[in-house]
This record gives sequence, C-alpha cells and structure tokens, in this order.
Amino acid sequence: MGSLQIHQELVTEAVGKKMCELCPFHAISYDGKKLEITAGCRMCRLCVKNGIPGVITFEETKEQTLDKTKWQGITVFVEQEEGRIHPVSYELLGKAKELSQSCPQQVLAVVIGYGMGEKVKDLISYGADKIYYYEHFELEEFDPGLYTNILQQFIEEVHPSVFMFGATIKGRSLAPRAAARFGTGLTADCTSLLVKDNTDLVQIRPAFGGNIMAQIVTPGARPQFCTVRYKVFDAAAENREAEGEVVYKKLSEMSLRREIRVKRKIRKPDEIDISEAQIIVAVGRGVKDTQGLKMAKELADMLHAQLACTRPLVEKGWFDARRQIGLSGRTVKPKLLITLGISGSVQFAAGMKGAERIIAVNSDKNAAVFDIAHYGFVGDLYEVVPGLLRLIKGEG
Amino acid sequence: MKILVCIKQVPGTNKVEVDEKTGVLKRNSADAKMNPFDLFAIEQALKIREQCGGSVEVLSMGPAQAEEVLKEAIWMGADRGTLLCDRRFAGADVAATSYTISQGIRKIGTFDLIICGKQTTDGDTAQVGPELAELLGMNHVCNVQDIVETGEKSITVLENQETCLRELEIPFPCLITVEKDANTPRLPSIKRAMEKKSGEITWLGMDDLFDTDAGHYGLEGSPTQVERIFPPTTNNDRIIFEGSSEEICVRMYEILSEEKFV
Repeated sequence: MGSLQIHQELVTEAVGKKMCELCPFHAISYDGKKLEITAGCRMCRLCVKNGIPGVITFEETKEQTLDKTKWQGITVFVEQEEGRIHPVSYELLGKAKELSQSCPQQVLAVVIGYGMGEKVKDLISYGADKIYYYEHFELEEFDPGLYTNILQQFIEEVHPSVFMFGATIKGRSLAPRAAARFGTGLTADCTSLLVKDNTDLVQIRPAFGGNIMAQIVTPGARPQFCTVRYKVFDAAAENREAEGEVVYKKLSEMSLRREIRVKRKIRKPDEIDISEAQIIVAVGRGVKDTQGLKMAKELADMLHAQLACTRPLVEKGWFDARRQIGLSGRTVKPKLLITLGISGSVQFAAGMKGAERIIAVNSDKNAAVFDIAHYGFVGDLYEVVPGLLRLIKGEG
Repeated sequence: MKILVCIKQVPGTNKVEVDEKTGVLKRNSADAKMNPFDLFAIEQALKIREQCGGSVEVLSMGPAQAEEVLKEAIWMGADRGTLLCDRRFAGADVAATSYTISQGIRKIGTFDLIICGKQTTDGDTAQVGPELAELLGMNHVCNVQDIVETGEKSITVLENQETCLRELEIPFPCLITVEKDANTPRLPSIKRAMEKKSGEITWLGMDDLFDTDAGHYGLEGSPTQVERIFPPTTNNDRIIFEGSSEEICVRMYEILSEEKFV
C-alpha cells in the first residue's frame, strides 16, 4: 500500500506534457506550472514505471501487522438449493484440495441448510477434511443477511485463511456481504488460484473486459475471499476411502431471525433464451432436412446446449425467431458455440463474436465462418455429427 | 419515500488495448457513458416515486467527468445528485469503493430504499451493492426482476434465482440491485436538460466526509492489491482441420473432452 508523490521541482513544460500523455486514464494534468493527479487515477502506476524517472514516485506506507499463522484452512462455501448441492461446490473442493497440497492446510467446507443428510457427509469423498454443517429449517431458504450471520460465527470460531464461493447468483450476493463484515478483500471470477508459502492466495482474473489478466493478493487481511465461476475448475474424482469429519452446529433461535420473508417461489419454466446459454449448437443452410435438424437437436441435448439458427432457417419457418443469432436476432456469448452448416455472414458474426470457443463444421473450406472459428472442420455434417454423437455416447 | 440510486460512469467500450511488446495500456479514445445496467435502476426508482411520491437522488464516485452521468440521471427525472470525487479515492478496490460510497451516503442523509444496477460493464463483479448494504446495516436482495408491491414499511420484489423466482418481502431500509431489462428506461428529457441548473449536483471530497482518515480510502484502504497485470496467453491461431469424417469426429471429441464439455 502507498500513494503517489509528485516531485514538482523536476517538472518542466516538456516533462509535464510527457507525463500527461503517458497516463492511459487521462488522470494527469499540467497547467504550465504544476503537475497534478486527478480523481481519474486508477493507481496503475505506469507514470512511475514508464515516466521520466523521479517525477512521480510511489511511496510505500503501511507495515504488515497481521499474524498469518493464526489463520489456517482453505474453506469452500457449499451452496444448496432445496437440498441439492450446486456442482460448482465440488469444483471448488477439488481446487481447495489441490491448494492444500502445495501449502499444508485443512480443506474445510461450510454447509448452511436443512435436512441434507448424507449429502453433507459425501463431501468428504470430494476432498473436504472437515465439514461444518449449520442446520435449521429457517436456513433452508437463502438469505444473504442471515447466511452472513452464520459465516460470521464460523469465521470467528475457525479463523480460516481462504474462503471460496461459487460466482453464482447466491455466491455473488453472499460473498461480498460477508467480506464487507470482516473488512477483507474479495476477488471476483478468479480463473486461476495459487497459495504462497506465507498462505497468501494468488488470485488471477481477467480485467478490463478480458484482454488483460490481473494478479491480485490480499496481503494484509484475512480471510481471503474469492469467487470462481462454474466450470472453471475440475471437481476431484470421488474417493470413498477419504477420511474426514462432519461437525454439526446447533444454532440458537436468536441468531436465526429472518427479516426477509419468502412469500412464494415460482419454478422457472424452460424458456427460450439463447442469449444466456452457456453452450449453443447453431445450424444454418447446410442443414437441409428434418433429419439434419434431428441430429443437431440430439447433439444439443447431449451437450446440454440450446439450439440456435441463422436467419434463413427462421424464414423457412423451421425455427422460432427467438432462436436466431445475428444482427437481426440475438447476440450470444456462450462458452462454446458449435456451428453446423453455417457459412458465417457478417450479420451472423456480429451476433456471436463474443463466444469463448467456436467450433465450425462446414463443407466449403472457403466459408467465412472459418475466419472466426477457433477450430474449423471442413467436412460433411451429415457424417460428422452422427459420428460425434456415437463417440459422446461411448459407442464409438 | 426517499430513494437513492448509485450509478457509475464506465468506458464506452469495455476493451482496453494492451501493447503486446511493452505490456503498456493503450489509451482508450472511446467516450465514457453511463453504466447501461444503471439505467434500469434509475427507471425503477422513478417508477416507484411516481407511484408513492417522495424523492429520487443519484450518487456516483469517480473523476470530474463522472458528473455527466449524474446530469443524465437528473435529465431522466432524478431530483438531485452527489459526486464523490477525490484523488485520494483512486485505486480503490471493491471494499474501499463500497466504504467510500457508504461514507458519502451517511453524509447526504438516510434513505428508505437504495437501488443499484446489477453490475457494471467495466468491473463486472456485481459486488459493490451487497458490500454497501452490509456497511450501511441494511438488508439486500440482488437480481431483482420486478417490484411487486411498495408498501409503507416494506417492499415486495421478484428475485431472479438460477432455477426459480422468489417473491420476497423486505422491510425498509433496504438495498436492491436490479436486473438488466427489468423495465424500459426513459430517455433524458431535453426540457429538463434546459431548465435544470448545475447547482443540483453536490461534490464531496474526502475532507467533507465523517471519516477523514486517508488510510481508509483509495489504494491505501484496499485490502486487495494488484501485483501485476499481463496479457492473457491467447491462442489466436485458427486451426482448420481437413480430413476424413472419422478423423474429424475424433478430433472434435478430443477438443470437447479437453475443454470439459463432455
């Protein structure tokens, strides 16, 4: 920690102008006499690193007083909805187990819910050394304030070093609330995690829209909070031999006062919304008949994907317009997009450029889609798709 | 009913270019704009005011130019604005940002309802809202899709969860973050732009706040630190594969397995 200091005695007109130009956030101003840093400063410190030496310096101020050895344990918040554990929790346990091997600490799990029975104990098979189960019927339904009270009780008793949450709707609501209560840091959407020897968690995440990675640490505060999106890490393989224990925590009625009342719950219908889909199989004019559509649908089902299409197939009346990708349709940003028989018009590309991974199958090797796809396969989709389906089903 | 909407100015595009050789951030010439998610928060607040009366204030934290988004909110219909602007707020992470905003709110008054957009397009973390609620000692609900009923002492909202919608009744004071597309934001009114004077926006620096310890703000007050930034290892090579249908199937299956889709 520290702050930027300007050494005005070194500032000449040329120096002032150069320093102003250097700042990517336009946060340095020079009025002909005085160099100033404005509120637009992001503390990127490029002016220190790349500026004229000595004009702006970074002065360290704070000394560390935290005793890190008193904070031990890599903790995973295990998320549940109606007693069903969210799969991201197993992935976090897998990562926690991995981290615990590089820096010897226990893997702890916190479960808040009601009537979860064996599912809590099963977490041992997925890497948890010790599970704290806070069970009460008042805790069945998620409430960020109420759950934070429970996490506070846990943190004050156990002093964990790391606290990991899924970057889910619930995790994104609970983790910041709990982090704020302890005045500690929280890093969202980490894509890579490591632990240093001094138990500092190295958190790497995309910043500024994804074309820069930032490496972030929380050196002076504990616990170190972070969230990780679903499907970023791998769950550990189930190990029935693993040993661990479940600590059942009894709670007083007092600590369970719920202020937000759940009036009713409405199960979501399976609506068509390709723009939110994580995986999409999209078809174009290369799909010529109902047999082709059937294959594509089967592939989509196998991958838990949404089926989408290009404009011509909507015009043919084969698809609802809500499934169309492109300028005149929806914009999608899935983790995976498989295009089948799509040539890749500019209009289509505009609606899917944000996809993280694009796999294209087309019989024309000059198709524009191969300029956008990460993996392009030149082939006949009527042969490729059935073959791929056989492999996925394990019949290959 | 006193409502506060927290808004932010974000870059016109969320991509920042990096010079591959030097690793230096390149200047972003695109214009700054209101965080698109905040428009839905403002609209929600104005709708509640139309129904129940009261006032809608807006608050932002950022450089001097961020005053523009406050103006825009006032032209949409907000009554007043506050800008938290101080060089000592620079470099704030989520915790320090939330703390600064909470101090600003304590300074300007008490509110029955605070509304935030679900997230920003530049930070993308969706964390400031809940942290702010905790610091102000209020209940919060994220991902609000609709307001069902606004009562005297509580508000009933529809919360969007992964597998279900929940109708929740929250007592005042409270904070909600609203979903994108929860409503249709109105456009700024030219008439309001003409008649309103800039006096309706108050600027607050650190010295105006109750807590004037610089160690609690900006980089100093941030528990997280960026150790370094680096370009991601991108694989821009496009791989085109030609072969027999069997070979294609096998290679495709390998890719899907490697990336955990099957």
